[in-house]
Amino acid sequence: MTRRRTIVTAAILAGALGLTACGTNRNEGAGTGGGSSCDTSKGTLVIGMVAPLSGSLSALGLGMRNSTKLAVDQANQKCTVKGYKIDFQPEDDQATAQIAGQAATKLSSDPNVVGVVGTLNSSTAQTVAPILDAKKIVMVSPANTNPTLTLGQAATTAPARPFKTYFRVATTDLVQGPFGAQYLIQKAGKKNIAVINDGKTYGAGLAATFSAEATKLGAKVVAQERVGEKDTDFSGVIAKIRPLNPDAVYYGGEYPVAGPLSAQLAGAGLNIPLMGGDGIVDKQFVALGGRVGDLATNVGAPADQLPSAATFISDYKAANFAEEFSAYGVLTYDAANVIINGLATAVGTGTFDDSKRQALIDAVQATKLDGASGAVAFDQYGDTTNKVLTVYGVKGDNFAPIETGTFSGS
Amino acid sequence: MLSTLLSQIINGLVLGSLIGLIALGYTMVYGIVQLINFAHGEIFMVGAYGGLAMFSYLLPTALKNQWYFALPILLIAGAAVSVLVAVAMERLAYRPLRGAPRLAPLITALGVSVALQEAVRVFYPNATAALPFPNIFVPGTLIIPFGDGIPIRYSAMLLVVVSLALAFALNSFVERSRMGRAMRATAQDPDVARLMGVDPDRVIVLTFALGGALAGVGGILYGGLYNTVNIDMGFQNGIFAFTAAVLGGIGSIRGAIVGGLAIGLVKALGGQYLPGGTAYDYVWIFVVLIVVLVFRPQGFFGETERVRA
Repeated sequence: MTRRRTIVTAAILAGALGLTACGTNRNEGAGTGGGSSCDTSKGTLVIGMVAPLSGSLSALGLGMRNSTKLAVDQANQKCTVKGYKIDFQPEDDQATAQIAGQAATKLSSDPNVVGVVGTLNSSTAQTVAPILDAKKIVMVSPANTNPTLTLGQAATTAPARPFKTYFRVATTDLVQGPFGAQYLIQKAGKKNIAVINDGKTYGAGLAATFSAEATKLGAKVVAQERVGEKDTDFSGVIAKIRPLNPDAVYYGGEYPVAGPLSAQLAGAGLNIPLMGGDGIVDKQFVALGGRVGDLATNVGAPADQLPSAATFISDYKAANFAEEFSAYGVLTYDAANVIINGLATAVGTGTFDDSKRQALIDAVQATKLDGASGAVAFDQYGDTTNKVLTVYGVKGDNFAPIETGTFSGS
Repeated sequence: MLSTLLSQIINGLVLGSLIGLIALGYTMVYGIVQLINFAHGEIFMVGAYGGLAMFSYLLPTALKNQWYFALPILLIAGAAVSVLVAVAMERLAYRPLRGAPRLAPLITALGVSVALQEAVRVFYPNATAALPFPNIFVPGTLIIPFGDGIPIRYSAMLLVVVSLALAFALNSFVERSRMGRAMRATAQDPDVARLMGVDPDRVIVLTFALGGALAGVGGILYGGLYNTVNIDMGFQNGIFAFTAAVLGGIGSIRGAIVGGLAIGLVKALGGQYLPGGTAYDYVWIFVVLIVVLVFRPQGFFGETERVRA
């Protein structure tokens, strides 16, 4: 093979890489439909969604899609927004920032799109938020936990809100990482912790806040390693941390890596628990190799222990969705309702046009919602004021809640 | 520490023999038809899914926990699916382009790769996300009591032994058998080989089938080792395998195995000892590739490119 041909091949290959990622699956999902008798004479407004509906994180994304669909259908039945029918338009981002950007551009080019629920990943939100912000489209994420999305690059030292239209109902890694560290060190008594992350916005951020708190609490972070989000072979990392005798591994990232990583830890004779954040809280984690005793933190309280979520759970069951609502269902349902209620306030009995977008942003900012996850309100950065988190542990073939608490600084 | 070094060497050899096994398919096809078959990684992937389908839907439950039954059945199923897809690919995509400018089959290969990946994604149940793969060999880990202990999973040993045995068998086949001689003849000069009575179509189909069988076996062993399969696995491992084939000298069977092992070792040892750690272990693979190609453009065992009509 001549060198020129190598270059040509490489160029073609790079092009093909881009192309593989282009398929979007428009999928409306089953639902109750809007067979109601509301006045919809003023037209249709669209609530969009950007979330991974296919790919390795689709278990979470499909739960988000269904939960939003449920909220929209209920709003249409209850005539929440006077004179308008609300349409729901989910877009697949395959957990990839570039595809998420395309989805956001597509949504923002539609003048009827008023708000977007999503994204799941912090890395995709970094692409989506600026696009929607430029068009003054409200975005409410049920799952982004990276602090910089609301607090800017200097999140801890000089917080400055980068996007006026960006809100989230999930607590951030500034809270989640330390919350996990407090449990792992103070309650589970671990002292030598190996920290591994996947290098993505979410994983690296979570690993950093965890490590800082762990060190502060007197534990030793024996290793800081990074793996690729598409890796399946972790023997190198494991051989590296094994001689350091860690008594726990903290992983910043998501379950497609965390599951096999946990299995391979055990495979190398390291029978120590793996702990992670909300990104690993899914049944798939266990199916892919997560072991009994593995731990995770998640934002919010477990759905079945929240009296406020009972209605959501029974409504979700009644709607007969093919997929479970998964880790973010409750928060997604609240995120959708934040937009719907804001819209109802902003529109009132008038009509919606571009001049109402600011009113919608203001209405969302002033949200006081008695949501499925509890009280929903936002601080001046667009972060939720609800700092409830839960520690989960693997029992049988799924995560079960261990304890719920409110994070109280460190 | 010595035990860490030895563990990493073992990790490198395990990954390397898998990569080498896939690289054989790249190198053989290139040797015969001068085509970089970028869809070969996907052949590896469909083999794994074929085995998984066999296990999930066809294998009687009674046999699932008995590896000495399940393993051979799965290996055969995986190899069979891969061979079928590889032969169909040759027949439908590459044969009509025989004689076309070289870029045409190359682009076709990329298209086949995307098509196969998407086909599995769309048609295999739940393949949009990573799927768990069953344990198909003695479960557990042997920990060699040396220093801190050197863990080796039994399924990793299986992968190394099977890969190297298959590579050896393939080498003997090509060196010794009549069909192997026909392959070497076609690789050397297709026109003269044809004059000597070799049917090039048969040789080419055989080459794709052999490469497919090895990749299918590799897919099953990979699934059994890591207990997870996803539709990207072919692409990622295919790139390494292609790199291994180039590093070892594309067209050379020994080169593919040596290149695979070299890449495995560079990744494992680079992740341990070189700056950047495991975050940069992929980088070192390509650094080594570039350095080798600067001084030896034909790779370790490759012959310098012949000018061909």
